[in-house]
Amino acid sequence: MLTESFVLFNTEISPGYRRMRLLVSEAFVRKAAPGRFVMLRVNDSTDPLLRRPFAVFDTGAASDGAYFEILYRVIGRGTAMLSEKKKGDILDILGPLGKGFSLDDSAGEKLLVGGGIGLAPLYALARKLREASSTVRLFAGGRVRGDILCADAFEAIGVECRFTTEDGSIGERALVTQPLVRHLESLDIGATIYACGPEAMLRAVAKIAACRAIPCQVSLESRMACGIGVCLGCVVPGRRHSVRTPDFRCVCAEGPVFDAREIDWKMSQ
Amino acid sequence: MSVPDLSVDLAGIPLRNPVMTASGTFGYGAEFAAHMDLESIGAFITKGLSLEPRAGNPPPRICETPGGMLNAIGLQNIGIDAFAAQKLPFLRAVKTPCIANFFGETIGDYAKMAARLDAIPEIAAIEVNISCPNVKKGGIVFGVDPASAADVVSACRAETTKPLIVKLSPNVTDIVAMACACADAGADAISLINTLLGLSIDLAKRRPTLANVTGGLSGPAIKPVALRMVWQVARAVKLPVIGIGGIASASDALEFILAGATAVQVGTANFVRPDAAPRIVREMGDWLTTNGVDDVKTLIGALET
Repeated sequence: MLTESFVLFNTEISPGYRRMRLLVSEAFVRKAAPGRFVMLRVNDSTDPLLRRPFAVFDTGAASDGAYFEILYRVIGRGTAMLSEKKKGDILDILGPLGKGFSLDDSAGEKLLVGGGIGLAPLYALARKLREASSTVRLFAGGRVRGDILCADAFEAIGVECRFTTEDGSIGERALVTQPLVRHLESLDIGATIYACGPEAMLRAVAKIAACRAIPCQVSLESRMACGIGVCLGCVVPGRRHSVRTPDFRCVCAEGPVFDAREIDWKMSQ
Repeated sequence: MSVPDLSVDLAGIPLRNPVMTASGTFGYGAEFAAHMDLESIGAFITKGLSLEPRAGNPPPRICETPGGMLNAIGLQNIGIDAFAAQKLPFLRAVKTPCIANFFGETIGDYAKMAARLDAIPEIAAIEVNISCPNVKKGGIVFGVDPASAADVVSACRAETTKPLIVKLSPNVTDIVAMACACADAGADAISLINTLLGLSIDLAKRRPTLANVTGGLSGPAIKPVALRMVWQVARAVKLPVIGIGGIASASDALEFILAGATAVQVGTANFVRPDAAPRIVREMGDWLTTNGVDDVKTLIGALET
């Protein structure tokens, strides 16, 4: 679905990170399930040529329709151009696309693990899980204080948050996996892990989940051209992958959310 | 003035308009049904098919470049058996010609593929790929030497009565020699260009951006090269020529038609907008109306030099 939509705000929430709200239809919001993504065109020229993928951060009702939000880090030319969009500017959106998180209705705790901008798809997920009255805990990690995004938004919906930074400027001076492991060791009921963040973090979380036989879903990031499963540019190696019998999964169409066991974490190092 | 006539005849296949979608940018057609009206375009070309399924190259497979992108997908495809088993019911329901793109590792493979595709009534024509730059055995060995290209075309010609299109690589010294060799060997049409071989480097990592090291450049950046080659080939061969390379608008498409193309293929633009091809069709009609042209065929090769 191609949509042209108005920017409602585009605000810096932390150095180098922005939150953008766009006016969309209610039909769009109904399709924007947690973990799905959109492809945004940052301008209408041929440079940059390709759209940029962004996770659904939040959705809701606006006075004249519905809104949809992304959370992004200004990291390259495309996001730098996006950062200059102002209220009233029009953006060209393709989506929502891809396969989002599957929401299991088991009684256990829902453990969200996010690194830096990896928090983006976890907020929409946290809201959905809290609406179903699940116990939701967030383990958010970053290098510095500024990488811990929207903590108050998570806390406001009743998510218990634990923070880690590499420099100790907020929360524990640790990797995000350390409080996660401690929590799992103290937990005597079931749990499901939902993770998004840098590849090294996802690999570590997938291993922690696999060792304890805990269900774990990961939202992957990849360079994409089309977002609809035709360019085959965004693939990652799947669990049956070997050099002789390759097994590639298309992140945009088969993901971006995968069961962590479906991914070959060795090869992606 | 009445509605302009956009129809063209491509080697015996009547097309409702000259806008097709290029192999490797359009899946097997069905992927686009949710995003556009498949019956608004002239024809579509499948992802390149081979006798056996292929998993493709390891990632990273793509990167963006100024006005374009590099890809090294590695001819990932489901194979002819899965194609025949799964994709035909969809093609039967769509009233738009489907052209099957295919490749092989040997001349024997090419001939077998031509024979397999010849037996599929849902396929209107076949496009032989001798031009993928990302796989050593993916055709490029045949696509840079006129005699080898002629051998592939002759072998396919012997196996099919369907219109046989040959898709040429631009990574050659003399594109006209390649086109003439294919024409003499029995091709019914020539499509060009496939991607230009390129390289992108990640300076910080001191590594190539793509796992395959090199990749094929596509997008608006390659349009002038493609236009030049289409113009050269269209003047040199009597066959219909299909222009490909950086087409993203009706004016791009019409420039190729002026240069001698009977039809065009939209490629990378499909990634930017899944409805790129139908938009080009609409804009083309508008352009003809605005400019008082009642039949697009009158523009084919009408470039004044």
